[in-house]
Amino acid sequence: MIVDLKKFIERERSTWEELDQTLTRIENATLLHLTLEEVERLHYLYERTGAGLIKISTFAAEPNLVRSLESLLTRAYAELQSGRSRTSKWSLRRWLFRTFPQIFRKHIRFFLAGLLLTIFGALFGGAAVAFDPDAKAAIVPFPHLLQDPSQRVKEEESQTNPGLASSKSRFSAALITNNTRVSILALALGVTWGIGTLILLFYNGVILGAVVFDYVRAGQSVFLMGWLLPHGVIEIPAILIAGQAGLLLGQALIGWNSTETMQQRLRSITGSLVTLISGAALLLIWAGIVEAFFSQYHEPVLPYQFKIVFGLLELVALLTLLVGKRNVSGLTP
Amino acid sequence: MRTNKLLIRTPEGISFTQRLAGPVTRFLAFAIDLAGITLISGTLSQVLLLAAIVSPDFVLAARSICYFVVTIGYSILFESLLRGQTLGKRVLKIRVVDAEGFRLRPAQIVVRNLLRVIDLLPAFYAVGGLCCLLSPKYQRMGDIAANTVVIYTVPEKIPDLELLFSGSYNSLRDHAHIGAQLRKLISPTEARLALEAVSRRAELEPESRLELYRQLAQRLRSIITFPEEALEGMTDEQYVRNIVDLIYRPTL
Repeated sequence: MIVDLKKFIERERSTWEELDQTLTRIENATLLHLTLEEVERLHYLYERTGAGLIKISTFAAEPNLVRSLESLLTRAYAELQSGRSRTSKWSLRRWLFRTFPQIFRKHIRFFLAGLLLTIFGALFGGAAVAFDPDAKAAIVPFPHLLQDPSQRVKEEESQTNPGLASSKSRFSAALITNNTRVSILALALGVTWGIGTLILLFYNGVILGAVVFDYVRAGQSVFLMGWLLPHGVIEIPAILIAGQAGLLLGQALIGWNSTETMQQRLRSITGSLVTLISGAALLLIWAGIVEAFFSQYHEPVLPYQFKIVFGLLELVALLTLLVGKRNVSGLTP
Repeated sequence: MRTNKLLIRTPEGISFTQRLAGPVTRFLAFAIDLAGITLISGTLSQVLLLAAIVSPDFVLAARSICYFVVTIGYSILFESLLRGQTLGKRVLKIRVVDAEGFRLRPAQIVVRNLLRVIDLLPAFYAVGGLCCLLSPKYQRMGDIAANTVVIYTVPEKIPDLELLFSGSYNSLRDHAHIGAQLRKLISPTEARLALEAVSRRAELEPESRLELYRQLAQRLRSIITFPEEALEGMTDEQYVRNIVDLIYRPTL
């Protein structure tokens, strides 16, 4: 049977145009609630266009028309088959106090795995510096941390104004961008089945362990806590959260104990990855500001006890946000 | 199996394809986007310099943040606003879509763009380019993780088929009974072939076109014979065009 192409197009054109208009309306609307009748009509138009495509492909493969209908059907299929509709407005408050902690807790085993690995790295770094003092130069990539801790403390405490006084904003921006880059890398390395993420977290732990051991051995524990805690209690968990996202991605690629296909597994975690990395980025902005504007001030300008208490309060706040039970009004599902 | 088509089979039994964009087209789009990123961050930098009188430290910090945000956010923003297209992709007429035909979600856009840091390693998009070449759907690492592919966009305007049909007088129409017989005898494949040859005329080299129409006309003549007077002075191309006109537009 050969299709009378001209008549066929004349008959079907209104269907295709209506489908195109409906899809354009749906695609351009941030929030759109279709009525049952509208959904049924959309499905009818989609099926009719699909039937038309089959007819055209079988009996009259006019390539431009076929491509045009295929493109229309791709859009319709995307709208009809996608699971969730855009039904509510995005809210920062709801995302920060509900979505982010929920996703963090849902995949907490990957955070704990990252934490454990960082601790192992720290022990390794500490041991390396303990047994071989020359290892410090090989492990620690920051030149200002290579000097003798006691010497550094002496220098810092003799200044009433930190050396970065005139460039605090710049320093803060550099910290935020650099740490966010490291976080994105921790996530992205998840595509190496998580191996790259594991190496990155372990190496971070090694540096941390080497620096901590070096200061503790020199008897500068109080200075260390006063210097590290205000920003470290936020920065280190933020990197670990990014690592959590990387390990989650790695697990989705490997698919242990899963009957789903890789595409299904990846589809199910994409939202979680974005939530975790966004949460990490937000924490790093705070950590960058604190490090530049607060951590660099030492005694006698700022008492160490004050800085340590500030750091501990931040840690409590972070733990409350991530794992604390709460009943925030207006955040019910 | 490697193919340059994205095939989507719906639960309703409809199958449709989209042509996948290859690594070269995608790289060219990226080069345009790179120019866009440089232009946007350069412009922002110049604007921010105006505030240097007040606080040079703040300006340098803002420039650093701006450059970082533009680098990371450019593709995310444009692909979100332009339904899977950046400026480069729009110029090259390609688009990011979900690999299974579903609606492209913002989270997919973010993931595919954040994972670009891996695709760029060690330099000049080496990992991404290699992955794209080896992947059955031309996916880079970011695409695999986000479950996306890049396809060519297609104009959705219904084509004007009047141009395909015989614009001038079709002498074969004077023999309606032979035309009716032809419609019964010709196979759908032969009819489709003739239609496609007419619709893709402009894509063919002159010599190839002559040869194609010669072979097609020969094949069509073997199906049914029109009287000599109806074919007088008719070239092979015109013959094929008239046959297509007769088959696909039996009534005027």
